[in-house]
Amino acid sequence: MSDGASTLSAAPQPPLVRRSFLLWALAALACALALPHFANAYVTEVATTALLYVVLCLGLNIVVGYAGLLDLGYAAFFAVGAYTTGILTSEFGFNFWLTIPVAMAAACLAGIIIGAPTLRLRSDYLAIVTLGFGEIVRIIARNLDITGGASGLVGIERPEILGFKLMQVQHFYYAFLALALLAVFVCLSVERSRMGRAWFYVRYDEDAAAGIGINRVSAKLQAYMMGAVIASVAGCLYAAKMTAISPESFTFNQSLLILLGVVLGGMGRIPGVVLGAILVALLPEVLRGAGTYRPLVTAVALLAIMLFRPNGLWPDKRG
Amino acid sequence: MALLEVRDLRLSFGGLKVLQDISFSVEKGAINSLIGPNGAGKTSLFNCLTGFYKPKGGSIRLGGRPITGLPPHRITALGLARTFQNIRLFKEMSVLENAMSGQHCRSRHGIVSAILHLPSQRREEDRIRAAGMRWLDFVGIAEHAHRLAGGLSYGDQRRLELARALASTPEIILLDEPAAGLNEREKLDLVHLIRRIRDETGVTVLLIEHDMGLVMQVSEKIVVFDYGQKIADGTPEAVRADPKVIEAYLGTED
Ligand SMILES: Nc1ncnc2c1ncn2[C@@H]1O[C@H](COP(=O)(O)OP(=O)(O)OP(=O)(O)O)[C@@H](O)[C@H]1O
Ligand SMILES: [Mg+2]
Repeated sequence: MSDGASTLSAAPQPPLVRRSFLLWALAALACALALPHFANAYVTEVATTALLYVVLCLGLNIVVGYAGLLDLGYAAFFAVGAYTTGILTSEFGFNFWLTIPVAMAAACLAGIIIGAPTLRLRSDYLAIVTLGFGEIVRIIARNLDITGGASGLVGIERPEILGFKLMQVQHFYYAFLALALLAVFVCLSVERSRMGRAWFYVRYDEDAAAGIGINRVSAKLQAYMMGAVIASVAGCLYAAKMTAISPESFTFNQSLLILLGVVLGGMGRIPGVVLGAILVALLPEVLRGAGTYRPLVTAVALLAIMLFRPNGLWPDKRG
Repeated sequence: MALLEVRDLRLSFGGLKVLQDISFSVEKGAINSLIGPNGAGKTSLFNCLTGFYKPKGGSIRLGGRPITGLPPHRITALGLARTFQNIRLFKEMSVLENAMSGQHCRSRHGIVSAILHLPSQRREEDRIRAAGMRWLDFVGIAEHAHRLAGGLSYGDQRRLELARALASTPEIILLDEPAAGLNEREKLDLVHLIRRIRDETGVTVLLIEHDMGLVMQVSEKIVVFDYGQKIADGTPEAVRADPKVIEAYLGTED
């Protein structure tokens, strides 16, 4: 039995998006594209934040949902991207677009430094180490001159596309929408590729995966690094949108919120994660009316979701 | 030169000597068995051969090449595949995806080429799927390709473990109690399948099995373990007649 053709090889590769789903996806996209034309600046702003969380949650989903690793310091990679853009544009006069590959490389490097030693150990260690890493990055950012200390960086350059400068809320809304769509495409492509399957094998049964020839450390490290890269790119665009960043945007709470989005919607599956991300961004806004009771109401709402939908709102069919 | 050569292999957990100076070899193209009472150390030996346990001493050679102490994925890539005593499928994934996992070490495209949808990556994916389907067909469960592995009947799950291991195109396959939990009919099918693995694909087979009828039927050579020691090694006839074996093992069976 060599690798020659066989009548059975006719089993086709599944399409990136199922037919039945395509219509819904296109409808959602049309709404997303039209939104700034109907909504006021406040709504567009909130929607932009939601899209930022979509990107971050999709990135973390690779680590948590695909590879089954618990990362409690994901905001650190978001910070790496934001600070790379912030420092390079404001201090060194870099063009915004050039800061993205630098940020991706920096995130890869940070991912290797944290991941390579830790991912050899049992999975639980990663949670502790990433928790520490998240705090360390924030504390470093607070204490270095180049990162602007506790007050952070200001005057971050706004990006230009073909002479057009991104300035208004709507511009960044579309920029984040493009990034979110790119993230969805990337996740769909990888999910059903050789490495994507390897992540699921490792997540579902690490020993069986190793026994069938998968280098589990390498697979986990690649998931961790890919998650890091996605967060860093989100960070670059975030810095450009805000024009000012401070360490307080990258706290443990931020990491938890992103993780919440991933778990809430249903780990592992892209539509669920997108839904979870949007909820995480919208919930605080919807509950604004609750005033000082907001944290309490948020907690109760989340608890209710966890109780009644323990696998997330839109769970992975794989279970 | 033997395909698999084990020399003076030793393994212990704390004070418990699980394997004591085990030596034996498996010739290329053979079907051999490893038998012994519960707790004799058979699975532990498999775990040493496949890199899950690090032996205290001794050496393991595959095709003349030392593999002692290598990590499991490297050993699989070098041509030694296994199944598990208590089925270890990726239950939440499809039957086909399970079979495709064996091809991982025979393919190379990574994240970047998947994102770029490179033609060579698409072709490799096709090849992986085709190989998965072919091995599902070989073990006779191709019609279940798109079901979840956890939903298969017990016997079919055992077949799927075989297909998955075979999909890594091994030189030798180690089967840990493949007949456990099967009914008589399924056992007959298994004997047939084991023979086909060797005859049609040339893969060497080493199996652990408690079912003496099956063992005597398929094996050309049998290695007998008791309390971590090898007590006999030879043809089914020779082993059956060995007084040490009768005392340690066969005497207590049936
Ligand atoms: N990881 C481990 N840690 C401690 N002891 C172990 C470990 N693995 C195996 N042992 C011990 O080694 C001995 C041999 O076990 P092993 O599973 O190899 O036996 P076996 O011959 O496969 O038995 P069975 O026929 O029941 O499957 C047993 O006493 C077992 O308790
Ligand atoms: Mg055993």
